[in-house]
Amino acid sequence: MITLQHVVKTYGDVHALGPVDLEIPAGGVTALVGPNGAGKSTMLTIVGRLLGADTGKVTVGGLDVITSRPRDLARRLAILRQENHFVARLTVRQLVRLGRFPHSQGRSTPQDEEAVDTALGFLDLLELQGRYLDELSGGQRQRAYVAMVLAQETEYVLLDEPLNNLDMQHAVSMMARLRRAADELGKTVVLVVHDINFAAAYADRIVAMTHGTVRYVGTPAEIMTTEILSDVFSTPVAVVDGPGHPLAVYYRP
Amino acid sequence: MAEPTSASPVVDVRTPGPQAPSPSLAPRDPRWRRLTRSYGSRLALVALLALAAAVGILVYANPAAPGSRGFWVIVESRAVSVGTILVVAFCQGVATVIFHTVTGNRILTPSILGFDALYRVIQTSLVFFLGAGSLAAVDGLGKVAVQSLLMIVFASVLYGWLFTGTRADLHLLLLVGVVLGMGFGSLSTFMQRLLTPSEFDILSARLFGSISTSHVTYLPWGALVCVVVGAVVWRRRHVLDVVALGRETATSLGVRHQREVMVTLVLVAVLISVSTSMVGPMTFFGFVVAMLTYQLVGSSDHARTLPMVVAVAAATLLGAYFVLRHVFYAAGLISVIIELCGGLVFLVYLLRKGLR
Repeated sequence: MITLQHVVKTYGDVHALGPVDLEIPAGGVTALVGPNGAGKSTMLTIVGRLLGADTGKVTVGGLDVITSRPRDLARRLAILRQENHFVARLTVRQLVRLGRFPHSQGRSTPQDEEAVDTALGFLDLLELQGRYLDELSGGQRQRAYVAMVLAQETEYVLLDEPLNNLDMQHAVSMMARLRRAADELGKTVVLVVHDINFAAAYADRIVAMTHGTVRYVGTPAEIMTTEILSDVFSTPVAVVDGPGHPLAVYYRP
Repeated sequence: MAEPTSASPVVDVRTPGPQAPSPSLAPRDPRWRRLTRSYGSRLALVALLALAAAVGILVYANPAAPGSRGFWVIVESRAVSVGTILVVAFCQGVATVIFHTVTGNRILTPSILGFDALYRVIQTSLVFFLGAGSLAAVDGLGKVAVQSLLMIVFASVLYGWLFTGTRADLHLLLLVGVVLGMGFGSLSTFMQRLLTPSEFDILSARLFGSISTSHVTYLPWGALVCVVVGAVVWRRRHVLDVVALGRETATSLGVRHQREVMVTLVLVAVLISVSTSMVGPMTFFGFVVAMLTYQLVGSSDHARTLPMVVAVAAATLLGAYFVLRHVFYAAGLISVIIELCGGLVFLVYLLRKGLR
């Protein structure tokens, strides 16, 4: 379970987040939605201990993200940011193998290699494993990063806009894979998505935020209403019955 | 699900990196290509080049008869130069590669950011404030330790502050580094003007080293530092691989990023102070050998780049020294020429790739 207790974050004079009190139960896919600047990514990076909160306490699976040993946390919690630029030149397999670092400390055992193979297979990257990252398309690279995060074999996986820069086909397959990771590997997946319909189609829970606070928490069926969505996104949104899940329509008010 | 691009061959189709010219085997010869494909054979080739240059320096144009006592005396005196070159090559190469890793870009080098200017200003202020007597009186380990400690403290405070800030913008860093370097340089020059001639003499012996005039007394200390720092860096090679992914990914993988960056910057400061104290400042040498290494190795795996950069640096410096000393009789010009070529490569690289 992920718990946030009275978490506040400000950048200078700008109030970015909080106070937030939130509990995200273990298991399943949780989507953070909201307009730009709502504090979704800020909250995710604070939970992922990449950013320190001004006040408040965050625990993931019982571990305090600030005071716990980094190595213990890295076996429990993995986070992937949307921008991943680095100068290091690595093959896909080398990158995914680095995901095993919390377990192997660089000395890869057969067990680690197996986990790397599993992660590569899960993201359909086995054919590309020998390629360098700079030889891949944006979508393939994104999959390689997600494979690295899965190879870390953490119970909790946080993803900041994993659908960024993915076209329709790759966005759908990415969400289907994350759904499978939750269902088959028993992971707790928390992700920021911009497209509310993706959240409705794949998530078990939706956390809707505006202006740095959590406004609504519920199942897609509970959140996907005209009133709530219009309120959250400050845009007239109509909700229609789609195939399998409700569909938000907002393109032309 | 099929990827559109997965139909293309998976084999590595990159063109091989630049190859050292060989008189007997043409670059297009298939035997040559097979020989240079694997990392191990490339490393062995570069190491062989270094070894050949070292042997050349030791025995080429030795006026005494081979095997005679005079012959070995000359070899011994030249061995000091070879040792100095090896220490310097190790320091510059390793320092630059790990510096690139922790700063997350391949344009900055410790020297461009004024690490060696910092060394000069510390040396000068030691003489300036404490007098030459204090510097000459305590010799050996104590002095080396105190100097290194000062250098480490200053470098960690200054560059640690620069690199661990959240707004570590590359342009800002370059600017600050260049300004700091110039500032330190001017400060040293100013203090040197105020010294008495004898103090200045003692100081210049320390500041303006060159390979030909390097003191034999420094060599064991330099070699010892190299061994110790090398062991520490080698133990941390996997951590460095993770640090190279940037602060956020490294944190997610359980590495204390800020601490690792600070530790690495301290190691860089130690290596650069050893190198600068032995042969004086070298601004672009590290940059050139690191670039060559990245080309030769392909991946950024530190278990591969670190040995390769030592080999490349040794081969480059030994080769240059051999050619300049024994072919052109211009040993004093070695650092000038290396800096000229290195600076040109640096400029070309900057113009082609831009500030990335």
